[in-house]
Amino acid sequence: MSDPRTVGVSVTVNGEAHRLDLDPRVSLLDLLRLHLDLTGSKKGCNQGACGACTVLLDGERVNACLVLAVSCDGQEVTTIEGIGTPEALAPIQDAFIEHDGFQCGYCTPGQILSSVALMDEAARGLPSVIDVDAPPCSAAELSDEEISERMSGNICRCGAYPGIRKAIHAVASGAASTSRVASGAAQPATA
Amino acid sequence: MTPFSYSRPTSVADAVAALAEPGARLMGGGTNFVDLMRKGVEAPDHVVDVHGLPLGTIGEASGGGLRIGALVSNTALASDERVRRDYRMLSEALLSGATQQLRNRATTAGNVLQRTRCTYFMEPEYPCNKREPGSGCPAKTGFNRIHAILGESEHCIATHPSDMCVAMAALDATVHVTGSQGDREIPFVDFHLLPGDSPEAETVLRADDVITAITLPEASGASRNSVYVKVRDRQSYAFALVSVAAGIELDASGQIADVRIALGGVAHKPWRASGAEGLLRGSAPTEDAFREAGEAIVADANGYGHNDFKITLAPRTVALALNKALGLAQRATGDAR
Repeated sequence: MSDPRTVGVSVTVNGEAHRLDLDPRVSLLDLLRLHLDLTGSKKGCNQGACGACTVLLDGERVNACLVLAVSCDGQEVTTIEGIGTPEALAPIQDAFIEHDGFQCGYCTPGQILSSVALMDEAARGLPSVIDVDAPPCSAAELSDEEISERMSGNICRCGAYPGIRKAIHAVASGAASTSRVASGAAQPATA
Repeated sequence: MTPFSYSRPTSVADAVAALAEPGARLMGGGTNFVDLMRKGVEAPDHVVDVHGLPLGTIGEASGGGLRIGALVSNTALASDERVRRDYRMLSEALLSGATQQLRNRATTAGNVLQRTRCTYFMEPEYPCNKREPGSGCPAKTGFNRIHAILGESEHCIATHPSDMCVAMAALDATVHVTGSQGDREIPFVDFHLLPGDSPEAETVLRADDVITAITLPEASGASRNSVYVKVRDRQSYAFALVSVAAGIELDASGQIADVRIALGGVAHKPWRASGAEGLLRGSAPTEDAFREAGEAIVADANGYGHNDFKITLAPRTVALALNKALGLAQRATGDAR
């Protein structure tokens, strides 16, 4: 007999369907890390302040630490493991390497997911507080100020912000190099 | 987190019924609630997860304004074309709050019901009259930089943290509620309570009430020519020290026909400054008039040490917000000519 305190939940993570019975206290972040062994999403503050756990839930970025896993029934999750592979990095991952967008790398998975979402949000014309009247309608139009504001939910204590901004600019403007992917030399530069 | 049982009702009626269970609490996006459960500030026996209820759309209200479903996300509300055009202060307030990750998940009703970020309330090892009535208020003599200067009591000097609610108060929004005793409508300015001697009671909601929607009245000059100015310790992702939602409508002779002012970060609830609005209506929109209106708001303010600066900051922020709103109003008048 199943534990009356557990709740059934079906989620699709990076395209793979999962069906689990969970204690309702389990966060989406712990579901990913502890139950599905997807440890790319990092547990930083565990209170929605640092952004290290950022994932896409039905295509929108959220803090996985503040979402109960059981409340994601029927939803789709994308984590850093679903963005690229060591053999074939996504352009934004390549750009982070190219522009020195990470140092210790702990916040990087969340920064990457946020960057991916940010470019999609700009394409959809979502405003930021910088300009409610005339939001950009493509990521290429984002100023440094806009990128900083839109990335403010992801904290980097090493201070790699200038590199992160450059990486986003590079991909958004279509100037990102794809040579690393082509040459297969795309090894993550974590210490 | 203490153990709890969990349910996902599929209708508002089922949610109301589920709330009848002792120790049951409603959860929307959970961006504040899950955090408080993890800290032990909230310890529900049963969580009623309403996130999936069909209350996530924005439509026309019967009176000509907007009807905002309780579960509309902060992102969706801030980005809505009608909100950006007709209730600009609301869009600005939402976008100035939290981060994109949180705004994507946070809901309109959850925003209304979020709890204070008073440090002592948030940390169960401290006494707190709001968390544990009768235990005391260390904030009064403690670290109180973010605390209230208006409407506070000897029992509690916490502030309401929401930006959105400040705009809702200025716009004369209405909260729509369904409970076991039927439906009712509550004017936004009456929804949140001042602390008095029962700071644990934060709103007029009953235990089994579910917020279903918030409506905004038909757009006006003062709702269109409106701004939200937020002063905080850093440029982004911080709660307001002082914030002001302000809107101005000018008449044909350039006098103030209508004005809206509400403040955040200064009180236990969004602080609608009706008295200051009264001083300005029918008068000329001058720098002096704006400053006097701001000073009138803090005439009875109290500081507790670290937050004394708010008594100076609040009127200046009011004047700044009114000046910005005036700019929009003059542009609108100019456009109309």
